[in-house]
Amino acid sequence: MKANYTRPLDLKHGRVDMNHGAGGRATAQLVSELFARAFDNPWLAQGDDGAVLPAPEPGERLVMATDGHVVSPLFFPGGDIGSLAVHGTVNDLAVMGARPLYLSASFILEEGYPLADLKRIVDAMAEASRSVGVPVVTGDTKVVEQGKGDGVFIATTGVGALPPGRAPGGASARPGDVVLVSGSMGDHGMAILAVREALAFDSEIRSDSAPLACLVETLYAAVPADAIRVLRDPTRGGLATTLNEIARQSGAGMLIDEAAIPVHPQVEAACELLGLDPLYLANEGKLIVVCAPEHAEAALAAMRAHPRGRDAARIGTVIADDHHFVQLRTALGGMRMLDWLSGEPLPRIC
Amino acid sequence: MKYVDEFRDGELARGLGEAIRREADPGRHYAFMEFCGGHTHAISRYGVIDLLPKNVRMVHGPGCPVCVLPVGRIDMAIKLAMERAVTICTYGDCLRVPASDGLSLLKARAHLDKSRADIRMVYSAADALALAQREPQREVVFLAIGFETTTPPTALVLKQAQALGLKNFSVLCNHVLTPAAIVAILEHPEGSGVQLDGFVGPAHVSTVIGSRPYDFVATQYNKPVVIAGFEPLDVMQSILMLVRQVNDGRAAVENEFTRAVTPDGNRKAQALVAEVFELRDSYEWRGLGSLPQSALKIRAEFAAWDAEARFGIGYTPVADHKACECGTILRGEKRPADCKLFGTVCTPETPMGSCMVSSEGACAAHYNYGRFRDIAVVAA
Ligand code: SF4
Repeated sequence: MKANYTRPLDLKHGRVDMNHGAGGRATAQLVSELFARAFDNPWLAQGDDGAVLPAPEPGERLVMATDGHVVSPLFFPGGDIGSLAVHGTVNDLAVMGARPLYLSASFILEEGYPLADLKRIVDAMAEASRSVGVPVVTGDTKVVEQGKGDGVFIATTGVGALPPGRAPGGASARPGDVVLVSGSMGDHGMAILAVREALAFDSEIRSDSAPLACLVETLYAAVPADAIRVLRDPTRGGLATTLNEIARQSGAGMLIDEAAIPVHPQVEAACELLGLDPLYLANEGKLIVVCAPEHAEAALAAMRAHPRGRDAARIGTVIADDHHFVQLRTALGGMRMLDWLSGEPLPRIC
Repeated sequence: MKYVDEFRDGELARGLGEAIRREADPGRHYAFMEFCGGHTHAISRYGVIDLLPKNVRMVHGPGCPVCVLPVGRIDMAIKLAMERAVTICTYGDCLRVPASDGLSLLKARAHLDKSRADIRMVYSAADALALAQREPQREVVFLAIGFETTTPPTALVLKQAQALGLKNFSVLCNHVLTPAAIVAILEHPEGSGVQLDGFVGPAHVSTVIGSRPYDFVATQYNKPVVIAGFEPLDVMQSILMLVRQVNDGRAAVENEFTRAVTPDGNRKAQALVAEVFELRDSYEWRGLGSLPQSALKIRAEFAAWDAEARFGIGYTPVADHKACECGTILRGEKRPADCKLFGTVCTPETPMGSCMVSSEGACAAHYNYGRFRDIAVVAA
């Protein structure tokens, strides 16, 4: 077909309509003029139903992870749903110890959504995937009627390769191991909350949305692979919930030092105002590492030398405890539990 | 957080703990009731117990607004949403309080046709008013709860609604009064003898009503009161002040929270409240029963914005779950772990009583922060 027989997509003023999801010419046009152009790689350019990919290196195993993204608002300080959809899945692979290789993306669009905003999202997603070197090699687009979606939903699936010797897993923490975090807690959760509730703070709180694959590789370069017992990204439910998950999976307890946990002063102030606890707020670019004690200092130093781990800190140790309690030594010097999140974090009344 | 950090300093806390240990007479026991849920929360959240000597015991009081709201009051709001197609706006914790028929506001919400009726969380009374202005086709009811602290903002929206002649907004008023609850504790007939040596008095409440309304506790009941802020060091300082009063055989109202509380409080806020509200003859509290003159109702001049008058709904008492010990816990007679349901049937995910809902409630505070101390309870 001659290009000038079709009118190009109006990416400035156009809107998503039902045709864009019908699988016909309009869908093909949306894919080629928006998605394929932004993600720009040979697999996608092929236009086939799937991507044919080379096998990983000998001795490596495949790791696969998937994630649905339904964040509201779609744009927030420090990121948007597009970059988040890349970081989320890349990070799920990274905390399995894998090198992320390829992504797929499935878009569910709401009829009437402005194409200009969609383009912003797709461009941000393409930029994120380029900067981590993980191409989006296959995808899908569906459109739902107005009122049945929240603008844009994105599901991403990723494949990565797990080098031999690495096997971090939630069940591998042992008493005596050291718990490290790569930086401040609660930034993403508070950034989203602040925009959603239109809370005006003196300074903007930014999401920490970022890829962790490079930080993980740095870590593996610094210490023996089996010294890294557990890697996790504390997303929904925050640090507190993730530590409880690890404790339960490992059949151990934890002793955490509140004063050692990094929290941005603005996030702390906002939490104070709303009666929320930063340790329960989501993070999208932070790493929890449970490490063998003899390598903890090296792991911490390696993280601190990396730009994404500058504020890394040693926050506690794994202990033997049949109850799998995560105990917190408070900044005041008392003890309490750092329990699972129950329900949504809600601001208090009085 | 410069301003806040100085009230959470570990060094200072240890020093205060030492002072309390030094001054508390090892030959006797001290039991102080922290009236406010905010204090209960601070004590659990910062592990203050670990810094106190064994013979100083803190007793949780009825000062959590969510905890003292009886089932029948939540039922009223659910009924309005389900049967009268209104949009209920309220503070977060209220949404999870168990109501009749296994419902809560949060669960009832799933049954609603959102285009007409809804149940929404708001951060303030003003948010509810703004929603009514933004969506005039929606009938908005603000479920107002709380002690004297949250009352002035409710009074303000009622005045604004009147000034604006807003047709689709009303308030379901459940504001309650602190001094009445203290009297109920001191005079409870079944009071199986919780021996109290004094009270850690309300912080935010007193910024509004001042410290004077508690004078009767000292003069008539001979119990010391120390008004304290919600920071952990405030609480510890006030405990030290209470220990000193007990040791001296004194009973006075003292003010630890001088950075915000005066004897007379905020006169402007009091006048605003008096203009919009009057005393209810009687109001039922969860755990304390019906107390005379213990709550506020909206004055007749504002009847158009009073949900009770506007929808002609009345209050029907509903019994609590039989095994729930919320009542005895709210009166300080029992501790959360004494309840058979604690941590087994009743958890923050599946609350049977209101004390398990808000993090200021005794059961939720103990479950979330302190249950590692009861070795018998094993995490699921
Ligand atoms: S544990 Fe549950 S049922 Fe028992 S007193 Fe507390 S809230 Fe009520």
